[in-house]
Amino acid sequence: MRAQFVLSEIGVGLRRNLTMTFAVIVSVALSLALFGGALLMREQVSTMKDFWYDKVNVSIYLCNKNDAETDEKCSKGAVTAEQRDQIKSDLEDMNIVEKVHHESADEAYKHYREQYSDTAIATVITPDQMQESFRVKLKDPEKYKVVATAFAGRDGVQSIQDQRGILENLFNMMRGMNVAALFIMGLMLVIALMLIVNTVRVSAFSRRRETGIMRLVGASSFYIQMPFIMEAAFAGLLGGLVACVMLLVGRYFLIDGGLALSEKMPLVNFIGWDAVIAVLPLVLVIGLLMPSMAAFIALRKYLKV
Amino acid sequence: MIRFDNVSKSYPKQNRPALRDVSLEIEKGEFVFLVGSSGSGKSTFLRLILREERTSHGQVHVLGKDLARLSNWKVPHMRRQLGTVFQDFRLLPNKTVAENVAFAQEVIGKPRGEIRKAVPQVLDLVGLGGKEDRMPGELSGGEQQRVAIARAFVNRPMLLIADEPTGNLDPQTSVGIMKLLDRINRTGTTVVMATHDQNIVDQMRKRVIELEQGRLVRDQARGVYGYQH
Repeated sequence: MRAQFVLSEIGVGLRRNLTMTFAVIVSVALSLALFGGALLMREQVSTMKDFWYDKVNVSIYLCNKNDAETDEKCSKGAVTAEQRDQIKSDLEDMNIVEKVHHESADEAYKHYREQYSDTAIATVITPDQMQESFRVKLKDPEKYKVVATAFAGRDGVQSIQDQRGILENLFNMMRGMNVAALFIMGLMLVIALMLIVNTVRVSAFSRRRETGIMRLVGASSFYIQMPFIMEAAFAGLLGGLVACVMLLVGRYFLIDGGLALSEKMPLVNFIGWDAVIAVLPLVLVIGLLMPSMAAFIALRKYLKV
Repeated sequence: MIRFDNVSKSYPKQNRPALRDVSLEIEKGEFVFLVGSSGSGKSTFLRLILREERTSHGQVHVLGKDLARLSNWKVPHMRRQLGTVFQDFRLLPNKTVAENVAFAQEVIGKPRGEIRKAVPQVLDLVGLGGKEDRMPGELSGGEQQRVAIARAFVNRPMLLIADEPTGNLDPQTSVGIMKLLDRINRTGTTVVMATHDQNIVDQMRKRVIELEQGRLVRDQARGVYGYQH
């Protein structure tokens, strides 16, 4: 097969159908950008998960004197040294526990002052208002319930908090956004596919003379369909390239420039450029293959050989 | 070359079949006229040979192959051994004469050197030497049909199918086209030509096959067009 001949046919076909080609490129670009965005969002959630779950503890707050008066869970009074040692040794005996760290009320006070130094409440708070606590690191963060049931209601224990719960809300929100992005991607994909099918149909119709003659002189169906499929593939590839640019610009805008989330949220470690670049080949391949497949299927209907 | 065995063809949504129980054989090197009024089944007959349609009953053999058993992807290879010419020429208006002829070779992947040699040769044969770079629109009807014949013949087919090739041409031009087809026939190519042109059929005195309402009503060696159609 002669490449030059085929390429010139593709050029003619795409120019003849410029508006439709443009529509295909835009819709493919949007759906692929959403697809890539959803992938990156998932990546972001999982890196954040790895990062945070590593740092997150189950906290067992112990009763202080204040609680003994106000909280009925601490009605038996502030925690005694004996109770505290018992809890500590019990925790250390559990095989799901990796590390136990005791934070005294003074330490808690110091951390609090550091963290909220510029708020009004930090200036009025006193060390004896702070609770001492055990920070428990689990081998498997999912096993939180085991610890909770073992220590809840024990004398001297005020409350047990799984910090994971706070993060979980954030992650759930991000997952929700992910699902929404995938849903919109699905819609865009349907639109893109319908546009491609229509483009191919118009294209096949406007070239029925050529294809008819090709058929007569015995061109193989592959040869006849080739230019149409290449056209769709070319438009799809352009769409894929646009999607790649959108992803790169999007990451830059959200994280580095523009919204500059990396400055505003220094505690979050965002996905790097390598993660974005890793998604690009997938986007390009799908951009190339999906329209080709759609064209191929459309041709079976509109270009009988 | 071509054999029809009890061939019937009906189209969906039409109660009258287009062909009814047609059996005949066309030998290699023959020149055959296919005559009959409009709707008599001539076009269906030709479409069955080209395997643009399949039979409803019976078998069609072309070049020794049973077309019913020919798988779809082999059809293009079968068609490469056939040349086709139509009333409306079917040339590509945006390609020159030479490009139109070369198209038939390009799409089947002939090497460029071979195309460059074969195209002027066949254009000389049809009497269009020197008009390689003209556009079809600049040519007369007769010349356009010669281009179409050149394109049909450039791959040296065993069989040439012509569907009213003189239908759009004046009598004098038609005679020229018929002489050309006769010359092609003399190179050993079988020619099957559907026509309404009484003068041509009567002059050439070739085998005449007549269809009427889908039935084969006459198959006559050295025949004439018929009796007042």
